[in-house]
Amino acid sequence: MPVPKQTEMSAGHDPDGPERPDVPDLPVPVTEFLNWMRGRLAFVGQGLLFFGLALAGLALLLAYAAVLGVSIKVALSARDPYSDQTERVVLASLVFVVWLVLGPLVLVWMRGLARLTRRLVGQWCAVAIADPYLPPPWADGGKKGLRRRLKWLLTDQATWRDLLWVTVDGCLGWILPLLPAGLLALGFVGVFAPYAQLELRLLTIGAAAFGLWAAPWLMRGYGYLAHSMLAPTRQAELALRVRHLAETRTEALDTGAAEIRRIERDLHDGAQARLVAMGMTLDAAGQIIDTNPEAARALLYEARDASVKALTELRALVRGIHPPVLADRGVADAIQALALDTPMRIHVASDLYGRPSAPIESAAYFAVSELLANVSKHAEARETWIDIRHTDGMLRIGVTDNGHGGADPARGSGLRGIERRLASFDGVMAISSPPGGPTAVTMEIPCELSLPKTSSS
Amino acid sequence: MRVVIAEDLFLLRDGLTRMLQAHGLEITAAVDNGADLLAAVAKDQPDVAIVDVRLPPTFTDEGIRAALAARHEAPGLPVLVLSQYVEQLYARELLASGGGGIGYLLKDRVFDSAQFVDAVRRVAAGGTAMDPEVIARLLARNTGNASVGALSPREREVLALMAEGRSNAAIAQRLVITERAVAKHTASIFLKLDLQPSDDDNRRVLAVLAYLEG
Repeated sequence: MPVPKQTEMSAGHDPDGPERPDVPDLPVPVTEFLNWMRGRLAFVGQGLLFFGLALAGLALLLAYAAVLGVSIKVALSARDPYSDQTERVVLASLVFVVWLVLGPLVLVWMRGLARLTRRLVGQWCAVAIADPYLPPPWADGGKKGLRRRLKWLLTDQATWRDLLWVTVDGCLGWILPLLPAGLLALGFVGVFAPYAQLELRLLTIGAAAFGLWAAPWLMRGYGYLAHSMLAPTRQAELALRVRHLAETRTEALDTGAAEIRRIERDLHDGAQARLVAMGMTLDAAGQIIDTNPEAARALLYEARDASVKALTELRALVRGIHPPVLADRGVADAIQALALDTPMRIHVASDLYGRPSAPIESAAYFAVSELLANVSKHAEARETWIDIRHTDGMLRIGVTDNGHGGADPARGSGLRGIERRLASFDGVMAISSPPGGPTAVTMEIPCELSLPKTSSS
Repeated sequence: MRVVIAEDLFLLRDGLTRMLQAHGLEITAAVDNGADLLAAVAKDQPDVAIVDVRLPPTFTDEGIRAALAARHEAPGLPVLVLSQYVEQLYARELLASGGGGIGYLLKDRVFDSAQFVDAVRRVAAGGTAMDPEVIARLLARNTGNASVGALSPREREVLALMAEGRSNAAIAQRLVITERAVAKHTASIFLKLDLQPSDDDNRRVLAVLAYLEG
């Protein structure tokens, strides 16, 4: 998400607005003022939009309350002894329908409104608000029935906090974002109204100026207000975190178990089988060494070749478990070594002053390995650039190729696998791969670096 | 010929010593760590040092670092590095540590004692001994290269053996062709790869390796 210019509130003005080249003749203070003005007017516009949203939410609530009120009233009037039985039943069911169908529907709309507010507040007020909702029960393959949906919606605390927000926002909250626009309007009235006193005119103009000046802070305040109700509560945050940890732990254990099974199979079919064969060959050689030394010698050579093959297989296996360079030198050099072994031009730039912990190094290495395999299989790229750095407590690895793009994590199980593996370390992966390329993959894993071991030799 | 061995596994150190002695080489010291290697090199001034990559105390790339340090202290000291696995990254670093006298082989190569001793002698004489696996991976990396693609299969075989550091005579013997035929192939290879031909075996090897790593 691009950082909008309005987030630079302390700067007060926008230093690189697109219109600057249009007014090259004006003196610098004037252009600066114009830029400042443009930034503030943007806040005014956004404030108006927030006001609109608040009104929409309030209107939704009031409409629901009105429908509810009317239907209850009608139902009550059905108790009139003169009205007939069927009418009563019809009216009573009307109330029921309004309660049952319209209620959840209103809550769902409210949720949409809250989501929109969260996004806009993040963009315009520079207050990031995470989604607080519980994941839907069908996210891990459950059924999608109406009852489950209802239960999901109604038991989520966040739903009711949304309702609280829409109420507060509709009644009072909107004042904050609307204030700049309101004061500006007041200023206009002050300037253009006939027969007004000079003091009054100056006062209104001052108020308008204050409104413009204070717009960023008012918006920020509105952002905090929204945050207090729309952000996940500490409890919800922990619940989401526990859920995430449980999921990634299960996945990590599954992957680990599958990996161990694969290694066992490879050893069983490979090196173990070869050692058995070698033993038998050596035994045969021992039995005939006196009677037929020539044939025995041939068998011995055969056993030697088998040992070479077994070693080759073990090497390949070790490379798949934990590549030696990774253990020796760490992730940057291991990726460099990987690049040297890949038939493609790969430029590796790394800037690590220490080493991440071994499991993270391994995850990062195999993620890059998988990505490079993907690139050479699908992308038809001529060159790839790998960038490894550690900033702000994050190990960041960028892999960019000049292939034809169109990589989609939803289709490729490889990319999903990488995402899952990184998730065990709270790592994330972002892919940008427009058709026609280039493809840029960025991975981030939070970790600390430890200083390299100093050699004692 | 005087040899220093640095290998931490007793069985392998002992086996290497015996094998080399059987082929008439003199083992001046057989040590089990990098620091002792440096001391032995300084004291005995051997013709060649044979070094295992994994040595105590870290059991990572201690041997490579010890080899590079030894070459730093005694420039041009021929070093043959043995390893359970080979990495182009390490091959590069060794080759970059100064001209000639570099060997980098898998431990499995010890099984063929004649070939192995030949490699030791070659390195001691200032030549090169690169493991076939390093070369195979270098060639695989150059599959997309048009110039390498233009080589005939026989020329590729010659290129691989040349890159391992073998002389024309050795290549001829290996491929069962005449030395003149090898010379013809190498001339053609150098022409196709646009490399400066050279009569010096070792310079030739380094040129080919530099080209493939390029």
